[in-house]
Amino acid sequence: MRLVTAVIKPFKLDEVKEALETFGVQGLTVAEVSGYGRQRGHTEVYRGAEYTVDFVPKVRLDVVVADDDVRDVVDVIVKASSTGQIGDGKVWTTLVDDLVRVRTGERGPDAL
Amino acid sequence: MPPFDFVHDLDAGNTAWVLASAALVLLMTPGLAFFYGGMVRSKNVLGMLMQNYVAIGIVSVVWVVVAYSLAFGQNGVFGGFAGNLHQFGLGHMGEQVAGYQGPLAQTIPPLVFVAFQLMFAVITPALITGATADRLKFGAYCVFIGVWLLLVYAPIAHWVFSPEGWLFKKGAEDFAGGTVVHANAGAAGLALAIVLGKRLGWKKDPMRPHNLPFTLLGAGLLWFGWFGFNAGSALGANNLAGYAFVNTNTATAAAMLGWIIVEKLRDGHATTLGAASGAVAGLVAITPAAGFVSPMGSIALGFIAGALCSLAVLLKYKLGYDDALDVVGVHLVGGVAGALLIGFFGTDATGVGINGIFYGGGAHLLRLQAEAVGVAVGYSFVATLVIAKVIDLVMGLRLTKDQELEGMDTVLHAETAYDFGGVTAGGFSPGQRAAHQPAPLTEGASI
Repeated sequence: MRLVTAVIKPFKLDEVKEALETFGVQGLTVAEVSGYGRQRGHTEVYRGAEYTVDFVPKVRLDVVVADDDVRDVVDVIVKASSTGQIGDGKVWTTLVDDLVRVRTGERGPDAL
Repeated sequence: MPPFDFVHDLDAGNTAWVLASAALVLLMTPGLAFFYGGMVRSKNVLGMLMQNYVAIGIVSVVWVVVAYSLAFGQNGVFGGFAGNLHQFGLGHMGEQVAGYQGPLAQTIPPLVFVAFQLMFAVITPALITGATADRLKFGAYCVFIGVWLLLVYAPIAHWVFSPEGWLFKKGAEDFAGGTVVHANAGAAGLALAIVLGKRLGWKKDPMRPHNLPFTLLGAGLLWFGWFGFNAGSALGANNLAGYAFVNTNTATAAAMLGWIIVEKLRDGHATTLGAASGAVAGLVAITPAAGFVSPMGSIALGFIAGALCSLAVLLKYKLGYDDALDVVGVHLVGGVAGALLIGFFGTDATGVGINGIFYGGGAHLLRLQAEAVGVAVGYSFVATLVIAKVIDLVMGLRLTKDQELEGMDTVLHAETAYDFGGVTAGGFSPGQRAAHQPAPLTEGASI
């Protein structure tokens, strides 16, 4: 099993969610996060005083998938979240060594 | 003072308008609370709102008991320093207000005048809270505004507003309080900001406004209430009130444009905060002049004030005082500018006042205006400095470092402004403090 984590532009969330549903992914966890990459932040000016806002709002989404599906799921997310502009975000995967469905106690890939 | 003849002196239309104006001016203080509240960080918004609301509470009581008499009584304390205590506890409300005789004679009951002037006394110390934002102790603030009302506001109102006052008698013009309210509050704000010191992290940490829609809402309420402030100051439903009304709106509009034009040229964008700030700067600047200039004059006056104040808000960074929400840049600079610009744009066409420089009146009026506003600002600054220092020594003015970092809302008021039900919303702990919890629903009960 793999945890696929993506940090994307917030307005792309719906497209990514629909693409994952179409692919057959059954569950999804999202969070509003802030951060910056090569895009960096931006400046805002209040009554002439300039503020540098380093952390840009993003959405982070986490989904655990079976090993066989990892490449496809990553591709689906990348395709759905891409605008071609700077600041589109990142997708990465990590190994998951165990997983439990809380309601039934099922473990491993069965619990996906 | 001669008795107020409630049959012959009273004008129902004038009375109705001044009563309505008093209510309009009251609304300015909640408006100011939101104007300021939107500009502070979210951890301090309740602290800011509370300071403004409690000003209504404290000033309303002190005014009725004693401050009104000090402001509008006959000369009595140290000669003409303040009024006497003839109207202590609102006694003698069947007499004409001191000094209002002959052509100045009022046609509204003295008690209505008390109510109208009260609302000015409420908002003046409330204006100061913008300079002291985020770091002033609540108890010390309460003591401060009570003392300040008696020792600073009442005397200056007496000098300038009351026909008994020495600056009034000289002919200094302040239609609705550019000097008494705005320049005065601005100077006091500067003094308090200096005594308090800078907010922790000033110039280093981001201190962005947390809710600009609040600020624009507040500016709108201020603009609305200001029609009572200025047009109500005609003390009658008449042509002068019409001048004040039109001039107020026109100058405010022009000042908003002046501010955002400067912003666009200087910073690259016209901002909503700039629009709200420009409008308030215009309202401040037209306040002393509302009944003394023509509508065309008010365009120039407003535009100048808006542009000037948008430049003045940067002074604090150069001079190194933390006037958090620009009470100096907007109210002191705007109030002084308005008072002085009467010296140029003043006209006798409105039926009161005299001609300024641009209307062939020479520099006499400008000199008078400079004297009046100079005296008021100087006195306010020095007296506030002394009051603030004394309170600081006796009970401390400033929150501790930890309190300031945590924020006023939880530290001072044990409340949180925004609860969106996240995981940090906190658990419910039944106990003595929750004595009124609802009874649990019984099986099968429907809501």
